[in-house]
Amino acid sequence: MPNSPVATANHEAHDNPALLHHFASEQQQKDAASLGMWVFLATEIMFFGGMFCAYLVYRYWYFGDFGAGSQSLNVVLGGTNTAVLICSSLTVALAVRAAQLGKQTTVVVCLILTMLFGVVFLGIKGVEYHDKFVEHHVPGASFHFPGHIPSHPDIPINQQHAQIFFSLYFIMTGLHALHMIVGLGLFAVITYYAMRKRYGPHYCTPVEIAGLYWHFVDIIWIYLFPLLYLIDRHK
Amino acid sequence: MATAAVQPGERETYLNHQYGIKSWLLTVDHKRIALLYLMGITFFFFIGGFFALLIRLELLTPAGDLVQADTYNKLFTMHGQVMVFFFLIPAVPAVLGNFLIPIMIGAKDLAFPRINLLSWYLYMIGGVLMLYTIINGGVDTGWTFYTPLSTEFLNTHVITAGLAIFVAGFSSILTGLNFVVTTHRMRAPGMTWSRLPLFVWAHYATSIIQLLGTPVLAITLLLVVCERLFHLGIFNPALGGDPLLFQHLFWFYSHPAVYIMILPGMGIVSEIVCCFSRKRIFGYQAMALALLGIAVVGFLVWAHHMFVAGISLYAALIFSLLSYFVAVPSAIKVFNWTATMYNGSISYQTPMLYAFGFVGLFTIGGLTGLFLASLGIDVHVTDTYFVVAHFHYIMVGGMVMAYLGGMHFWWPKISGRMYPEGWGRLAALLVFVGFNLTFFPQFILGYMGMPRRYWDYSHSPEFQILNVLSTAGATILAVGYLLPMIYFLWSMRYGKPAPANPWNAAGLEWMVPSPPPTFNFDEEPVVTWEAYNYDEIKEEVPVAQ
Amino acid sequence: MANNVDALYIFLLTVSALMTISIFTMIIFFAIRFRKRAGHQAEQIQGSHALEITWSVIPFCVFMVFFGWGALIYFKERKPPDNSAEVYTVAKQWMWKFEHMEGQREINELHVPVGRDVKMIMTSQDVIHSFYVPAFRIKQDVLPGRYTVAWFHPTKPGTYHLFCAEYCGTSHSGMVGSVVVMEPRDYEAWMGGGGNQPLAVTGERLFSELGCVTCHRSDTQGRGPNLVGLFNKPVLLEDGRTVTADENYIRESILQPAAKIVNGYKPIMPTFQGQISDEQLNALVAYVKSLGQQPTGQTGGRNMATATPKTQ
Repeated sequence: MPNSPVATANHEAHDNPALLHHFASEQQQKDAASLGMWVFLATEIMFFGGMFCAYLVYRYWYFGDFGAGSQSLNVVLGGTNTAVLICSSLTVALAVRAAQLGKQTTVVVCLILTMLFGVVFLGIKGVEYHDKFVEHHVPGASFHFPGHIPSHPDIPINQQHAQIFFSLYFIMTGLHALHMIVGLGLFAVITYYAMRKRYGPHYCTPVEIAGLYWHFVDIIWIYLFPLLYLIDRHK
Repeated sequence: MATAAVQPGERETYLNHQYGIKSWLLTVDHKRIALLYLMGITFFFFIGGFFALLIRLELLTPAGDLVQADTYNKLFTMHGQVMVFFFLIPAVPAVLGNFLIPIMIGAKDLAFPRINLLSWYLYMIGGVLMLYTIINGGVDTGWTFYTPLSTEFLNTHVITAGLAIFVAGFSSILTGLNFVVTTHRMRAPGMTWSRLPLFVWAHYATSIIQLLGTPVLAITLLLVVCERLFHLGIFNPALGGDPLLFQHLFWFYSHPAVYIMILPGMGIVSEIVCCFSRKRIFGYQAMALALLGIAVVGFLVWAHHMFVAGISLYAALIFSLLSYFVAVPSAIKVFNWTATMYNGSISYQTPMLYAFGFVGLFTIGGLTGLFLASLGIDVHVTDTYFVVAHFHYIMVGGMVMAYLGGMHFWWPKISGRMYPEGWGRLAALLVFVGFNLTFFPQFILGYMGMPRRYWDYSHSPEFQILNVLSTAGATILAVGYLLPMIYFLWSMRYGKPAPANPWNAAGLEWMVPSPPPTFNFDEEPVVTWEAYNYDEIKEEVPVAQ
Repeated sequence: MANNVDALYIFLLTVSALMTISIFTMIIFFAIRFRKRAGHQAEQIQGSHALEITWSVIPFCVFMVFFGWGALIYFKERKPPDNSAEVYTVAKQWMWKFEHMEGQREINELHVPVGRDVKMIMTSQDVIHSFYVPAFRIKQDVLPGRYTVAWFHPTKPGTYHLFCAEYCGTSHSGMVGSVVVMEPRDYEAWMGGGGNQPLAVTGERLFSELGCVTCHRSDTQGRGPNLVGLFNKPVLLEDGRTVTADENYIRESILQPAAKIVNGYKPIMPTFQGQISDEQLNALVAYVKSLGQQPTGQTGGRNMATATPKTQ
């Protein structure tokens, strides 16, 4: 900002109550929030990245057992969840657009729809986890995964390798679900403020960056779904 | 809310802006948060230091006669964990970085003051978990947590230690996030990237590492915790897992972590050397690029900690080669600091003494890194006291000296008081002598073959004499560290009031009063000068009183 | 090999000392020569591209020498010579268990004759340990679940420290021992005492007792691949990959036979994981290695003028 006039410090009258005291302008605040969320998402990529790395290594070594584990997952439920999350990304994008245009009712409706989709996702996930528990596919003392490797009826499934698959399945989808719950909490707060008409063309940053976070959570699932559910399924 | 406590006639500063514990625990002022961190960091430094003293006392005699073997194993583990995660990684960024970066770039605060406060709370929660671990019997995995020892074969508080570090890691990540966004978006008009003090560049590079590396440690420790809790086999060969996978994931963070520790110190040294030589830095661009280069290449060398771990021959070759690449920017920095002193006008106040110490000891530490990067040598000296000496030269001889130098340099700004210069110089001397006596013998011990993490060496009494020298040095070092604690506290009450610029130094932080007002600047500055404009500052450093 | 490592070390020491002395001298000299004094003003110097390049390129070239020399040493260290005498090692908390091919078992003490290459084939029963003999300048981590290998060539009789160099729990510092290098005659005398069964013979017995021999016949009629002459040969797997039948391959085939199926065979081999000890596994591996090879590890019968001219 080379030509901006020298501004006085903290006691300047800020027209916009949402402008925080340490920022020189709304644009600066918006830019900072936006960059902050992108940087945070980069750290999340590294966080999930460690698990993806472990997954890649073991999938390469234990492909058959991973294939067996993968094919025991419910691809219909997983696929439905994928569609649900993609729809929720649509509704959140619509919410952001509505906020930018000042359409208060649309914002609230779209945010509520987003949260609804999120809850549906978590519900389906709960059903899947329950199924795994009942089938004794949860790693631990009662783990039991009989059968053979896909396309190799004479090779039994190695229980240890299968447990590693399911360990990674639960930890990766569990952490993803945790991120979704955090996202839902964020949206609950934002929806509350949206109902009080806080957002509009002058100030919609929280909706935008929450939307960004939600898109990221969606993208992680879009990677998780084929990697976990679709191993060796083409036959 | 407490009323403003400023008396009539008294200038408002961030210290007297409000009184009361709530005004500190709920502050969003980056300067107050820096002081909150200072208390935690000093506390953990002395805890970690106490453990070190017990270790050195045990090693005075070959027999294990001071503590039991398990206790000793806990001592070196917790010395490492506390020092690395609760002192070395946060110290400079969270104290000096937090305090100075907004002022240095002409801003009123960091980009996200509330996240800054959250960072501190996360640090404290991690710290409490660590204290819980210590008090309840400790952990003895080694700070490196190698599996399957840590997941299957120990009964100590591995989970709480892992969680403590996990939480503290998020403190580190959020600090990095704050610094990156602040540097990008909060610079005052005229403060271009090429006018930034190298202190800010150093923290920017550090923050990149914190952001990209720490999450990998977080997930690795989480996997270890899950493995212990649920008896999983991700890293356990008896259950189909791979212990080397743990090592790769662990070192992927922990090698860049050492650059998190040293880069801020390098930033401090650049500031001090310029001020006390009355010169701009030699090769500003090279110095900034070197910082970024170290940060980037530092991510590519992690497996040099695993040369004898069972990795392939070709992997070892690649990582050895890359490790030599990362040494080049460090060497450039040492040469540039030396060149900055050339034809300067040099004074020897305490900060400069610490800077001299840093350059010398970092040189030795860095050179011994070249030994370790060489495969043939590493096979012999890895996992011995040679490595211990190497990293202590960098961490203690380098980073802690830079931290102390920075604390002395900016103490007038932070507290509004001068520290007693005579005592400062004495302490610096004691630290330098004590440090070298403690750690130089360990290079020799390592080449002789003394392995690290050994409680008892009665099978090799030939190691004793060097261990005795090392312990003697440690006691001198301890005195050297205690002195600043005492006189800094003393100075807060009895020290000479400090002017805004006691060193006639360049930089925006010296243009605001000591201590600064809560919002740093009365008017937003417009920067028209280059960094280290000592050509325009005609005065010398005032003589020490 | 140790001499080579020391030579590189002295080279590194010399260069480092020179570098340290230069920097220290320059700093002290500048600190005194350019101290603050009346009438003297600091001279503002921006920098110098030429200097930056010089003091980047020259150190880099020196570093490449350090790298290259170290790499050469490491190459040799990672490739045990053929015809080394083999010692199977099992490390556990907190002791070293050695078994010579001739059958001698030792705990914490390893006797070897001077002048012959020794190859350690090592595994751990529990956590990661590390086999470290400072006098020989060698170190190798010992892992559970797989073999790692180290080798040395003793040149001087004597007793040398053996340390565990990877922290392994309570008595990590007690997991020490010695390598006793003896004159060949003394070694043979030591070897002769005690009627031990050679390791490969133990393995042969186990091979029969555990039923391996029913499928792995020494002809092509077996349901399992013929193992004669297998060791260190390339093996074509059913998925198209080719692997080398080294010690780790043989070990894995016994513990996890489904991991690598040989081309043309059915995956019908049962696993022996949990049914045999590490020592028994070593015996089986030694036996399979011996099939179709010249007998190794015989006392005194070998030609001493072998492979590498470099002495330890």
